[in-house]
Amino acid sequence: MGAVLVVLVVLPFLVGALSYAVPVAVSKLLAPVSGAVTFALSIALVPSVVSQGHVTAGSELRVDALSVVFLLATSFLYFATAIFSAGYLQLGRDAAGTRYGRRFYAGLNVFCWAMLAAPLVSDLALVWVAIEVTTVVSALLVAIDDTQSATEAAWKYILIASMGLGIALLATILLYYAGTSVFGAGYELSYVKMIAGAHRFPASVMRLTFVLAVLGYGTKMGLVPVHTWLPDAHSEAPSPISALLSGALLATSFYAILRYFQITAAATGSTFPRNVLLVFGLASLALGALYLLRQRDMKRMLAYSSVEHMGILAIGMSFGVTLAFVGVLLHVLAHAAAKGTAFFGAGSVVAKFGTKDMAALRGGVGALPWSGSMLVAAVLALSALPPFGLFRSEFLIVSGGLSDPRYGVAAVLVALAMVSFLGLSWSTTQTMLTAGPADLAPGPRAASGPAATGVVPTVAKGEMSPWIVVAMALGIVALLVLGVHLPADLSRLLDHAAHELGSPR
Amino acid sequence: MTGHVPSATAGTEDVVAVVVLLTELAMLRAPLLRSQVRLYAFQSLAVSVLAVVVAATRHEADVYALAGLSFALKVVIVPSVMTRLLRDVEVDLAGSAKLGVASSTLVALGVSVFGFFAVGSLHVHSALLPETTLAVASAVVLVAFVLVVLRSDVVSQAMGFFSLENGVSIASLVVAAGLPLVVETTFLFDLLVAVVAFGIIMRVHHGRSKTLSTDELDRLRG
Repeated sequence: MGAVLVVLVVLPFLVGALSYAVPVAVSKLLAPVSGAVTFALSIALVPSVVSQGHVTAGSELRVDALSVVFLLATSFLYFATAIFSAGYLQLGRDAAGTRYGRRFYAGLNVFCWAMLAAPLVSDLALVWVAIEVTTVVSALLVAIDDTQSATEAAWKYILIASMGLGIALLATILLYYAGTSVFGAGYELSYVKMIAGAHRFPASVMRLTFVLAVLGYGTKMGLVPVHTWLPDAHSEAPSPISALLSGALLATSFYAILRYFQITAAATGSTFPRNVLLVFGLASLALGALYLLRQRDMKRMLAYSSVEHMGILAIGMSFGVTLAFVGVLLHVLAHAAAKGTAFFGAGSVVAKFGTKDMAALRGGVGALPWSGSMLVAAVLALSALPPFGLFRSEFLIVSGGLSDPRYGVAAVLVALAMVSFLGLSWSTTQTMLTAGPADLAPGPRAASGPAATGVVPTVAKGEMSPWIVVAMALGIVALLVLGVHLPADLSRLLDHAAHELGSPR
Repeated sequence: MTGHVPSATAGTEDVVAVVVLLTELAMLRAPLLRSQVRLYAFQSLAVSVLAVVVAATRHEADVYALAGLSFALKVVIVPSVMTRLLRDVEVDLAGSAKLGVASSTLVALGVSVFGFFAVGSLHVHSALLPETTLAVASAVVLVAFVLVVLRSDVVSQAMGFFSLENGVSIASLVVAAGLPLVVETTFLFDLLVAVVAFGIIMRVHHGRSKTLSTDELDRLRG
């Protein structure tokens, strides 16, 4: 199985490099193929990881159950986004021409490559490098539309995320320093070794290391108060990139935090890292949920929903029981599918209506019978409604909280999840499940629309592209599978990963 | 595993670290963008010198290579990329800082004293490694944040990030000199890629708004 790891770490990069050279029409097919291959290979890793515990290739590549969970999330979204992009690039991008397409596909594949590389390498310094590469590539992708607001979002993103990763680098160095007391002056920073030796690390250094790691990687993960780049970048990036940023990139940074969690828990006991994550988690959940109530911009709304969900992940980790850990890992997978689908839907709506302003959008499902309905379904999934995967994962997390027991936190989690449900579902039903602009009498609402002249944008009924519908359908199927019938191997994988997280208590 | 580090070495390392911190403070008050880039180049030179000192005293041959790479990248390539950008856009005066020179220097001093004593209070003990340098390095990192927060032009903010990286480099040289060369090289390569991306976005920004100031970048809120 070692060869699988090598293919995973090489293929997307090669495809990215190739995409810069070949015609866009070829890249359009190469990317979904590469996405499908990486997703299939990630699935193929599941049985061996479940039976053997881990798979290695050379000294640098290693995956265990925890890494495979994140590989699955990223590779699934890579596949779905590649399909979606084929449709997305047809929408009014002909004028931008092949140069845009080449840059887009090169960036898309390299971005996914870096996100896949992070859980594949065992050296925590290389994990940092992979995540820094994701920043650089994705910042350029955020700027690719070359508008004033895209430039602003890209600058804020690259500056804030790089500063955050500077802190994460300091955490890496301090971790190395903590290890010198056990391993001597020169050694490799593999997490396996660090977890094994952590009980002899100086506890005060490890506490500082963990706080810096959460602050640093938390910047990329979108934890409040270091989330400020996130709504801008998510709303101004092209929709396929928004989907990847939200569904996969935030999770990749969370993966890095989990590795530091494991090491710190082994060094200082799990109470300290759990409490740190609780503080950041509650702040993120509360702020994300409250901002959801007052969003007018559809993609910003989805971005704040990401902040909220990252908060739920951090709170889930703070519960410190295996049940909650299983919930957290399932939440990573389900959030990737749901948020990807929602951003695909938002991309379709924005292309159709020419605006992100939800005060002006009406009749979404009428105009887009398939992608509109699936967008509504994805948003309901994000609000943790059954039968979707996020219902199951949030249920597990709350159950974990009740058995920890931290009744107060569990109650706050449920209450804030309700608030976000209110915000998300209200705005979405207002825009998607209302009468279309053609049926609207020109009233005061029309005057507040995007067209200052008072002309309501009229749109013809029909999908923008079959590719978009296929990509969204994939996401909905994944959400249903995760919610209704978890495959046995996946269930075992989540159990294994949760035990890896929970063992050094 | 050479046992105790001689105190003279620790002294040299501390002196270089303090020089880096002072350069950082000078960058904070430099009114010309070009002089800020020069100060950064000088600061990077100090870091490269520190790498040579570490390599010589601890007999880490790898670190010589690291010093060379760090010199090439941070003293030559990054400043020349920035200087070229400044020449092309014909802007040389830094954007209005949010505080006056005296106030920002005071803030920076306060922050670096905090960083110094906060890390000092951890009582990080090691037979192998000097401790004061680590405290100075964290002060450099904190002052880099002050630079980014208080300056409102893209060049100063980018220089703030690069000098933050210099601060982390000092920390890495004194506490993690044994970090494998491959990894250190990857860090530097990563910095190179980041410089290119920063440069592209700065040029795009200048192309759109004909300014390097970040005052225009205030449309996305809420």
